Amino acid sequence: MIQAKNVYKTFYVPHEINALVDVTADIAAGEVVVVIGPSGSGKSTFLRCLNRLEHATSGHIFIDGIDILNQKTDINKVRMEVGMVFQSFNLFPHKTVLENVTLAQKVVRKRSSGDAHEKAMALLEKVGISDKINVYPDQLSGGQQQRVAIARALAMEPKVMLFDEPTSALDPEMIGEVLDVMKTLAREGMTMVVVTHEMGFAREVADRVIFMDAGAIVEEGTPEHFFTDPTHDRTKLFLSQIL
Amino acid sequence: MIGENNQRITDRPPGYNKWVMVFCVGVMVFIGLFYYSSQKIKYNWRWNRTPIYFAYEDDIDVTSTIDGEVSSIRTDGGEVIITVKGIGEEEIYTAPADSQQVSEGDLISPGDTLATYQKWKAGLLVIGLWITLKISVMATILGVIIGIISGLMRISDNPALRWTAMIYVELIRGSPLMVQILIWYFVLGTLINDFFYSYGLGQVPAIWYGIASLACFSGAYVSEIVRAGIQSIHRGQTEAARSLGMNYAQSMRHIILPQALRQILPPLAGQFISLIKDSSLLGIIAIREVTKAAREAVTATLQPFEIYIILGLLYLVLTFSLSMYVQYLEKRMATS
Ligand SMILES: Nc1ncnc2c1ncn2[C@@H]1O[C@H](COP(=O)(O)OP(=O)(O)OP(=O)(O)O)[C@@H](O)[C@H]1O
Ligand SMILES: [Mg+2]
Repeated sequence: MIQAKNVYKTFYVPHEINALVDVTADIAAGEVVVVIGPSGSGKSTFLRCLNRLEHATSGHIFIDGIDILNQKTDINKVRMEVGMVFQSFNLFPHKTVLENVTLAQKVVRKRSSGDAHEKAMALLEKVGISDKINVYPDQLSGGQQQRVAIARALAMEPKVMLFDEPTSALDPEMIGEVLDVMKTLAREGMTMVVVTHEMGFAREVADRVIFMDAGAIVEEGTPEHFFTDPTHDRTKLFLSQIL
Repeated sequence: MIGENNQRITDRPPGYNKWVMVFCVGVMVFIGLFYYSSQKIKYNWRWNRTPIYFAYEDDIDVTSTIDGEVSSIRTDGGEVIITVKGIGEEEIYTAPADSQQVSEGDLISPGDTLATYQKWKAGLLVIGLWITLKISVMATILGVIIGIISGLMRISDNPALRWTAMIYVELIRGSPLMVQILIWYFVLGTLINDFFYSYGLGQVPAIWYGIASLACFSGAYVSEIVRAGIQSIHRGQTEAARSLGMNYAQSMRHIILPQALRQILPPLAGQFISLIKDSSLLGIIAIREVTKAAREAVTATLQPFEIYIILGLLYLVLTFSLSMYVQYLEKRMATS
């Protein structure tokens, strides 16, 4: 579903920094991959390269067989298939919860209002927000906002979902409700790439864990391997710091 | 607790009424002094002469254009129809009923009055005000369009677009509006009109050069306001929109601009209040907007005090209604 081959990303402003160094990863359909690593290791950059919010400096990235770094590729078509959930939710504050979920369906997928509404209601029901459809995002708790953001991304019926620290901005008591929604998605067979510090989630849900440091993939493997028997010293050090 | 706080905020400070009195007395003293000094120079206030600059009843004469005889006078509804028959020709004139000055059979020469009636007409200041309003509305609409386009160009990645917008903004902001009006009319206007003339097309009226100069002038300021407004919207909004598959135009239209508009509206209102006031400069290119009309009225009547005070009040009415309307828009946006 996702193939990244020798991906490099260098930022030149404010100073030159190699955010991704020769990253190669292959993520199969239905797989749940959790990406962990210390701050500044390039996790977000990797995720953002996958839907071209950041344009990789070199290398190849294929989403469902489409070369997204090719200038001829219509990136908007690809982005419809790749949902993204942000750490800071990024709901549209001038739109109600319902409008947040229907807008892109109508504008991008060209669905009728009726169809978009129906789809939105089903998804809001699924994430447990169906009683708050007509309020504005700032009247919701962080956990509720993040669940709406997930519904908004799912409304495009993506083949892949990218999560960039979806629970890091939440109060501890709200983390569970968001993780539950993500677990349900994973169980339903969604292909997911999740950057998170929730090791419990990684252990329970991930098919594979990728550990990044200084822009490179240092180690990857099953959760069992990863948490019980890591190969690299850098991984051991990181795990000892967070567990 | 909250109630108490509210109480304190609305509570008047000690001596409040006394200072209200001081204020009122101050205003009265100012008006008194003003009037006193005008009396000293023997200024003759004649406010009763000013209404004719708003509306007046004009005498209208219906005169014959041919030689002949009044062949028939018929009243039809509210109108009287007078037919004058000459040798081999016939003319029909209409006027309000009972305004005829002739009877059937009268002999008529060209220029003779057939009927006289009175009609209300808009006065000089009202006509001028209408032109000012028209110019302001047109220039505001064009200014917003120019401002949004150049504001978007200003933050584009494309250097050709970005530099064009930067040069435009710097050029406009770096010279006085008066000079720009003169250039629009006497330089660009001459070029454009000559160009049209050489292709046998009509001339562009002066008012359009006036509108163009104001629109370009305010467009440059709107451009900066739009740019700042868009940049004040968090990057995450664009990213969320784009990650859903919206293209640049869609994310601007549905996500960024509606949010930026809330930030933009107050400075934008200020800009258009300036535009209304700046339109008073257009008299120099022979556009009879309200200031020019007032100056003509002063020349005719030698009553500068009344007319210029009225002029000031007229601008105040325009600018005040605009700012009230914008406040209403802001409230409506805040509740939605
Ligand atoms: N837009 C940008 N411009 C310049 N440098 C950037 C940009 N985005 C990221 N970087 C740099 O790239 C490196 C990787 O950043 P990235 O955000 O991918 O790390 P991360 O692993 O997501 O960290 P965190 O856990 O703090 O989110 C960092 O050094 C960061 O400063
Ligand atoms: Mg990050």
